[in-house]
Parts: sequence; C-alpha cells; structure tokens
Amino acid sequence: MITLNHYLVLSALLFAIGTAGVFLRRNLITVLLSIEIMLNAVNLTFVAAGRQFAAVDGQIIVFFVMTVAAAEAAVGLALIIALFRHRESLNPDAFTSLKW
Amino acid sequence: MALDTVLFYAFAGITVLAALFVVVQRNPVYSVVLLIASFGGLAGLYVLLDAPFTAVTQIIVYAGAIMVLFLFTVMLLNVPREDASEFDRAHPLNRPGARRFGAVLVVLFLIEAVWAVWHVSGRETAALRATDPGSVASVREIGKVLFTDYAFAFEVTSLLILAAMVGAVVLARHRAE
Repeated sequence: MITLNHYLVLSALLFAIGTAGVFLRRNLITVLLSIEIMLNAVNLTFVAAGRQFAAVDGQIIVFFVMTVAAAEAAVGLALIIALFRHRESLNPDAFTSLKW
Repeated sequence: MALDTVLFYAFAGITVLAALFVVVQRNPVYSVVLLIASFGGLAGLYVLLDAPFTAVTQIIVYAGAIMVLFLFTVMLLNVPREDASEFDRAHPLNRPGARRFGAVLVVLFLIEAVWAVWHVSGRETAALRATDPGSVASVREIGKVLFTDYAFAFEVTSLLILAAMVGAVVLARHRAE
C-alpha cells in the first residue's frame, strides 16, 4: 500500500541528492541541474499533498514553480554564458572577484 | 503486490537513480540527458497521483523546453570536463579542520535521515484517499481555480516571464565595444 509517507520520503531523498549536488560539484551547469532536482522534489511533495487532501491547489502551485524554474533556467544560463566569456571556466571558484 | 505498488517503486527507482547519476556524472551532457530520464520517472509518479495535467506539463515544459535550453548551453560552451584540480588544492575550505567538521556534519545528517525514515515507516498512516475519477485530476477544475482564485498570481507570472526573457537577452548579449 502506497501512502503519503512513501512520497514524502522519496521527495526528501531527491531533495538531499540535489543539495549534495549543489555543495559537491564544481561546475556551474551541474549546480543549476541540482537546483532543478530540488525544485522537482518540492513539486512532488505538493502534488502528493494535494492528492491526499483532495485539493487542486497543489497542482496549481506546481504550475507556478515550473514557471519560476523556467525563468531561473533562462537567466541562470545567460549568466553562465556571460561568465564563461569572461573567464573561460565554469568553476565557481574562478569567480571570486567580489570576494572580500 | 498491487500494480500501484510495483509502478510506484519502478518510477521511484528510475527517478532517484537518474538523479544520483546526474550528480555523480562528470560530463554535463550526460547529466542533462539523465535529468530528462529522472523527470520522465517523476511524470509517471504524477500519473499515479491522479495528476495527468501536471505529468504532461512536466514532460512538455521541463523535459522538453528547459532541458533543451540546458543542452543548448552545454553544447554552446563546449566544456565537457570539469576543470577542478587546480582550484581544489588551493581552496580555503580544503583544510583538515574544515574537512573533519564537514565529515561530522555529514554523519550526523545521515543518522538523522535514517532515524526519520525508520520512525516514519513504523507508523501506520492512512492510504492515499480514494478519489472519484476526474475530481482532482480534471483540467477543467484546475483551469477554473487558476483563473479565479489565482488570477492575480497568474498575471504576475507573465510579468516574471517577461522580465526573465529581457534579462536573459541583455545578459547573454555580446557587448560591442
């Protein structure tokens, strides 16, 4: 029997994988991909909770999260292209000029 | 075992394994393709959750549009490998003290996660509520709520998309000196 808990645990697992990716990887594109994994883990929580409480709101929030993810991907990738033109590298440690 | 259970574990396995390989993979092109597989598994889970609209949106918007954007950027920049070595040695966090502290935090987090999962699995919860077909799922219902209760948020979303579009064009433009 699949309960809400199964979906919540799966979502937590995905979120942990995404977080690990953000912290461990040294490539800006993979970091953005890990953020997408985290957003999707949250989406799964919303849909599962909406199903549990028989409300349509969960899916609507997912709709908005997808919009924000699309905007984030567009701006993030544009930033990555601009940064790469500047330094010829995608390592986040290469962009420390603003660091005090 | 019921068909539901088998499908849940199959899709969950696809999703988690693909996500894991996205993070482990060194080549960004493979990472992007594996993430598409992960999103496919998630779309299957949405179907199991009686949310076909979200499942289709997941495939079209995420796996279709956003991932193609990523793939374009990866191929445009043409940096298949991670150039980590020369930075990692000099990294300020790459010191014995900081590394030990981080290891302790990881162990604590793992213990906490295992404890939480173990605690949850021992507790009986109600099965997902059975819904009459078409009540939660229907696109008509979603549209109705989206354009009445969430109409303002929906309109603001269009502004967000416009701002993101203009921002992306301005940021990625080649600056003519």
